[in-house]
This record gives sequence, structure tokens and C-alpha cells, in this order.
Amino acid sequence: MTTHALAQNKVGDGKRRSRTISNAIAAGFIALGTLIVLLPLFAVFYYLIAQGLSSIDLNFFTKLPVPVGEEGGGLANAIVGTIILVALASILGVTVGVGGGIFLAEYSENKLVPYIRLVADVLSGIPAIVMGLVSYGLVVMTTGKFSAISGGIALGFLMVPIIVRTTEEVLKLVPLATREAGLALGLPRWRVIMSIVLPTALGGIVTGVMLSVARVAGEAAPLLFTAFGNQFWNVFNLDQPISALPLVIYNYASSPYEEWHRLASAAALVLVVMVFLTTLIARIATRRR
Amino acid sequence: MIKSARPAPSSRGDGIFKGIIIFIALCIVAIFGLSMYELYTSGKDAFSTFGFFGFIGSSIWDPVAQRFGAWTFIAGTALTSVLALVIAVPLALASAIFVTEYAPRWLSEPVSYLVELLAAIPSVIYGLWAIFVLVPIVRNLQLSVLLNPNLREIDLIQVTAPSGLGLLTAVLILAVMVIPYTASVARDVIRLVPQEQREAAYALGATKWEVIRTAILPYARAGIMGGVILSLGRALGETIAVTMVIGNTTQVPKSIFDSTATMASVIANQFGEASGLQLSSLIGLGFLLFLLSVVVNFTARIIIARLTPEGIKV
Repeated sequence: MTTHALAQNKVGDGKRRSRTISNAIAAGFIALGTLIVLLPLFAVFYYLIAQGLSSIDLNFFTKLPVPVGEEGGGLANAIVGTIILVALASILGVTVGVGGGIFLAEYSENKLVPYIRLVADVLSGIPAIVMGLVSYGLVVMTTGKFSAISGGIALGFLMVPIIVRTTEEVLKLVPLATREAGLALGLPRWRVIMSIVLPTALGGIVTGVMLSVARVAGEAAPLLFTAFGNQFWNVFNLDQPISALPLVIYNYASSPYEEWHRLASAAALVLVVMVFLTTLIARIATRRR
Repeated sequence: MIKSARPAPSSRGDGIFKGIIIFIALCIVAIFGLSMYELYTSGKDAFSTFGFFGFIGSSIWDPVAQRFGAWTFIAGTALTSVLALVIAVPLALASAIFVTEYAPRWLSEPVSYLVELLAAIPSVIYGLWAIFVLVPIVRNLQLSVLLNPNLREIDLIQVTAPSGLGLLTAVLILAVMVIPYTASVARDVIRLVPQEQREAAYALGATKWEVIRTAILPYARAGIMGGVILSLGRALGETIAVTMVIGNTTQVPKSIFDSTATMASVIANQFGEASGLQLSSLIGLGFLLFLLSVVVNFTARIIIARLTPEGIKV
């Protein structure tokens, strides 16, 4: 080997080493970055369990809130309120969402389809607090009072785009042959959709609905000036203000009282478990299919 | 979907059903239109009193003098969102590259799932955690800046009141909240990079990092960009967690520790006690936020939709 070639080889070695080193550094940064991303998840969980778990007892689920300084008391009305609000929202969200999804998937030859899909997509990016303002203008200003209904409508608006898109996705997974078989039997198109396509896709649609429920159940922003919150039971008076877990967490966490901080952490733990269970069940249900 | 099938024998039921379904689908458009109309009419007073550009351009927010301008909050929103993305994007990319290129299957799925769980935690819970964990950390940081004569002089990190509340805290919590959105889009587009692209680079003797840098990231760039813009949309409208830690003052921040407000946070914070022109100005802010998120989301969707015939679901 000539000296020239040797020298070239040496340069090659140095270069190869620096490339190997940068490769290792990059791998290190990527692994570290991933750890940093996951850190808050564990930190939030740890905090909620450490601070909130001790305040969760039977009273928490069965009693009404009490003034600061008094013993006992719970957040039963907020838990029930959240369920009522989400149920109200679902009436709006499921009707418009599933209907819209059927239109996008089953009438895809219609000229309106791309435009409505675009509107649904853009709608899904509208901030939750803006939907609260809309419901405030539509319902609270018109009726003159904060109410469960206005909160339900705000949350319903947020559910619609999520349900529309998931319904469209699952309906498109139903094989064309299934529809053709129905049509071949002489069924009209609407019967094919209602009696064959929808039942086949039901699992997926339910998953979409649950994911949207999990999403809106934790929203506080749109409820600040619609459902508004209260300290009492409100189950049947849907035209009155109603309490909700996210509102309670927001108010209690920002308060100066140690007791309320603990209750806020407990409420947050309950809320996050509710949300995660819903998400988890929805995901497991989809994976099975 | 039925397009390719032979048309079914038409019946009156079909016509009625189609009519109902189209009506429901048009409700989606109606929700959009109604929202825009509602926000505009309720915010009109602010626009007509100060003029549209006068409202946007003024940074005076004075309920006593009944003068309201949006500029402070537009600046606050832009600052928090952009800074949050500066932190979030590299981390989100790292996690997306990790699950697609590095992690074995048994690790990749749980990690993807955990990153998605980050998106499932409600905003108010991030806010609560930020108040009790992040705020004390930032407060200590502020104190150490105050005690250090060299750092004290730097304009960008000047501390006025070491409360722990302010721009930096809001940016940090916002970054955590948008990471899952950027990460999930990045993961999906990186998975779309053809295997041949990787193999070709490996065949040329590239190391793993070189494959990622020269073959994968450039290919996925447009999609990642779409994901980043989508996350920007989320960050712009994020309300509760930011309201809880940003300090809620109506000043344009001069240092990263200053307290300030965003469009969303000032609405959440002041709506309760507002009336008249102030209420209208807050709804006007909501109208601006609405327009802004429409533009941002529209742009992101177009970028993402161009990549694949089906688009990537977010």
C-alpha cells in the first residue's frame, strides 16, 4: 500500500468514527426526548394519587360540598352534574354526528360531501371556549340564565365533529359486498343503511361516541359561562345552573384553601380515572374487532 | 360508497331518508355558520366602537375608561403558542422517531399509547398540576435569577414578582399539552415513508441517524409541518390550564417570567364580571380566535390532505 492510500484510509477511519459517534448521540437524544415526553404523564398521576387519594371516601361520592372549615362534604352533585351534561351533549352530538357520518360515507357521490367534510374538520379545531361563547349567545342571552341545557349544547357542539369523522371511518370499513348483498335482495338503499350497514359498524360508532364523551367530560372552559356550576343538587331542573367536576377543580384549585386543594386533587383523580376508563374501553373494543 | 353498485330500485323511503340525512349533515354547516354569526353579532359593538383594526391594534384594556383593544392578548397568544411549539416539536419528533425507528414492537406500542394518553388528560387537570408542581419550580428559578447579580441584568429573564405565575409557566404546560398532537401526526407520516427509501440509504452505507436525517425526515417534512400547524391551532385556543398559571394581567410581557394573558385566558378570566362594552369586546376576542383557528386548521388540513388520498386522521 502506498503512503497515499494509507493516509486516505486514516481519514476514512476518523470520519467513520465521528459518524458512529453522532449516530450514538442522536440515538441518546431520541431516547431522552421520549423519556421527557412521558415524564409529565407519570408526574401528573403521581401527584393526583399522592394528594387526592386520601380524600376519596364514601362522602366524596354521596355528600354535597360544605363551606370551608366544615368537616365532611363531597362532590356528589358535580359528579352527577358531569354525567347529566355529557348525556345532554350526547343527544345533540350523536344525532348530528352519526347522521353527518352516514352522509359522508354512504352518499359520497353527493357534491356536498367534500365541503361538509371540510367544515366538520375545521369545526373540530375551534377552541372549546369559543363554543362556550356561542352557546352563551344562543341560549344564556336568550333565556336570561345559566343552565344545564346551555352547557350541554356547548359540549354537544364539541362532540359533533369527532363523532362525524369516526362514524365516517367505520362506515367505510363495512365491505361494499355487504351493501350489494342487501341491494340484491331488493332492499331499498335506506333499509340497507339502517338494517345492515349501521348494525355492522355499531361497535366502531360506539367507540367514536365514547372517545368524544371522554374528551368533553373534562372540558371546563365552555362551562364557565353556560352551566356555571352551583353548590346544590340539580338533577331535573335543566334550565338551572349545574355543577360539573372540571368546574369544581378549576374553582377549588385556584382557591387559597388547603382543604379545597385536596378536594380538587381528589376530584381530578376521579375525573381522570373516568376519562381514562372510557378511552381504554373504547380502544379495547376497537382492537377486538 | 355504493357508487359502483347498481342503483337500487328507488322508493319513496329512499327519498325521505336521504332528505333527513342531508338535513342533519347541513346542521354541521349550520353550527359553523351560526357560531360565526353569533360571535360576530355579540362582538359587533366592540368592532363598531373602536373600528376593526382599532380594536386589533390597540393594547389598551381599561374597563374603567371603557377602552378595549385586543393587541396585548393577540401578542400573548402568539408568544405562548410559538414558544410552546419551540419546546414541543423537537420532543414530539424524538418520541415519533423513537416509536417508528428505534423501539422494538413490544415497546413501541405501549409508548405510542402512553403519548396518546397525554392528550386524554383534561386541560383543567394539567392546570391543577401546574399550579401545585410547576409553579413552585418556576418560582425557585425566579428566585435564583433574582439572587444572581449577573442574571438579574438580562432583560429577557428579568423578574418583577417571583410568584411562579407567568409566561414561562404557561409555555411549559402548553408544550406538554400539544406534544401528543404533533407526535401522533409525525408518527403517522414517518410510517408512510416507503421502506425502499430507508433501504436505499442503508445500502449506501448510511448509519441509522443518517437514514433518519437524509431519507426519512425530508420525506416526511410536509406532513410534520401539517402536524405542527395543527398543534399550533390547539395551542392558540387552549384556555383553562393557561388561565390558571399565566397570571392574568393585561400587559404585553417583556420578560419570559412576566405575567400576561392570552385571548382565551382573558375571556375565561374576565367574562364573569364583564358587561356592556367589555362583554362585547371579550366576545369580539372570541370571534378573532374563531377566525384564527379556522385559518390555521384549514391550512394544516390542506397540507396533510395533499400527502395521501385518504389524509391522516387526527
